[in-house]
Amino acid sequence: MECQLCKTKEATVHLTQIIDDEMKKLDLCEGCAKQKGVTDPTGFQLAELLHGAGAGEEVAVPEPVAGLRCERCGLGQAEFKKTGRLGCSDCYDVFGEMLDGVLKGMHKGIRHRGKVPASAVKTEGPKELLERLSVEMQAAIAREDFEQAARLRDQIRAAKTASGL
Amino acid sequence: MKEPMKILTFLAPVSQVSLRSGPHDRIVLSSRVRLARNLPHLPFPGHGKKADRVRAYDLLMPAVRDLEPFAGGLAESMEKVSAMDKQLLVERHLISREHAAKSAGSGFVLNREESLCVMVNEEDHLRMQALRPGLQLKEAYASIDGLDSLLQQHVELAFHPNYGYLTACPTNLGTGIRVSAMLHLPGLVLSEQVGQIIQAVGKLGLAVRGLYGEGTEALGNIFQVSNQMTLGESEAEIVERISKVLHQIIENEMNARASLLEKKPRSVFNHVGRAYGVLCHAHTLSSKETMNLLSLLRLGVDIGLIPGTSRSFVDELFLLTQPAHLQSLCSEKEKLGAEERDILRADVLRARLLKLPRPDHTLLATGGTTDAPTA
Repeated sequence: MECQLCKTKEATVHLTQIIDDEMKKLDLCEGCAKQKGVTDPTGFQLAELLHGAGAGEEVAVPEPVAGLRCERCGLGQAEFKKTGRLGCSDCYDVFGEMLDGVLKGMHKGIRHRGKVPASAVKTEGPKELLERLSVEMQAAIAREDFEQAARLRDQIRAAKTASGL
Repeated sequence: MKEPMKILTFLAPVSQVSLRSGPHDRIVLSSRVRLARNLPHLPFPGHGKKADRVRAYDLLMPAVRDLEPFAGGLAESMEKVSAMDKQLLVERHLISREHAAKSAGSGFVLNREESLCVMVNEEDHLRMQALRPGLQLKEAYASIDGLDSLLQQHVELAFHPNYGYLTACPTNLGTGIRVSAMLHLPGLVLSEQVGQIIQAVGKLGLAVRGLYGEGTEALGNIFQVSNQMTLGESEAEIVERISKVLHQIIENEMNARASLLEKKPRSVFNHVGRAYGVLCHAHTLSSKETMNLLSLLRLGVDIGLIPGTSRSFVDELFLLTQPAHLQSLCSEKEKLGAEERDILRADVLRARLLKLPRPDHTLLATGGTTDAPTA
């Protein structure tokens, strides 16, 4: 088995850590392990390492598309990864896929459940409402939040009846 | 060019600030709710070029200033605020330390009552906060939510159907809300329970910090508790969760004080008496030492050791002995160095404490109660 970082030497250090209820594994050679400070298991975060390596089994963060860049503000993927900050509101669409994994460990959920601008409420017609609810329901099913999924299913039924769709 | 703004003439005098009172203010010094908001399509302040920041500034400063709650308020560019005045605003918890470091292209808008303050081009285009004395998180949220809705009638803000309100840092994403309360916890510190509390609070997804927010020390036994998660929960749920935790901390602090007085009354009298002694007689005092001593004096007042004295007397000293507030006592040309400040601080405290009766432990001879009345 080769080291997942340098991809040349034989991996002799095998790491396993539970992050967000998922088991993540990383295999490193002795040199890379030392360089990343793996010798001190308490001060070491596999997540950081995984994030940097972009490798490992069962990683929640999907393999990023190389060289993403926000056309609006010019923020590149490397800079986003380094600072963890977004450059402008458009970045959220550009880096959305990479972001979900990060948000999962940071927040209670990855979908907004709070205040919505009055303007956004007005522009949502019955069709958009149904679309949004069904996306939310799929997401709830995916994260096995079946109570929320059931609530959303009832909302979809009610919305369908109300709009005659 | 306009004369530099004198913030001090706008702000309420320290004696008046310390009289502001609210529920549970024995333990909860203040409540704050802030919302982070941004303009769509413009780079966030930390990423954009200066021209982008100026565009956001030129759009937002007038829009915020003209809102009804800011009638009679103060709107100023950070470029026009002196270093001392910036520090003064930080000490009053009206702007963040990060914002105090800003200059041209950033600004703040403050209402007449000093209960609403909007920072323009801090980390986000808008950081809007409501402040209330004591434990009033729901009231503070209602107030800032109203301001936010009002502003949205005039300005379109960056909002995403999935992610909610968009922010420069994903840690603020969604609601953009940070609900926090400043707590005075001498009982839990003296009984060495505060570590456990911090741990327990941390497990609930809340953060515990020092007096001036992120990365600051808990001086004067003052701790700030705030939410960390902003996405996936509604504002009301977040406010409710943190309120529940705060009520528990209040109860724990009251119990800790009661139990200290019951089991180790001499130790409590000793702490308060020594604090009183040093504050009355020292000729030089650092800010840190002062805060810690005043905290013990405040505890003494709370438990009825110091007759005829109100908490506001001590709270006034807390504020008055902060660096920029001390500097504001001097003429503008006279710039105090750290040593001179420590001397002035001790002078102010000696003079003020002349009016304070001595702590009298015989008042609590019957065993003591945390609910001893204070005048």
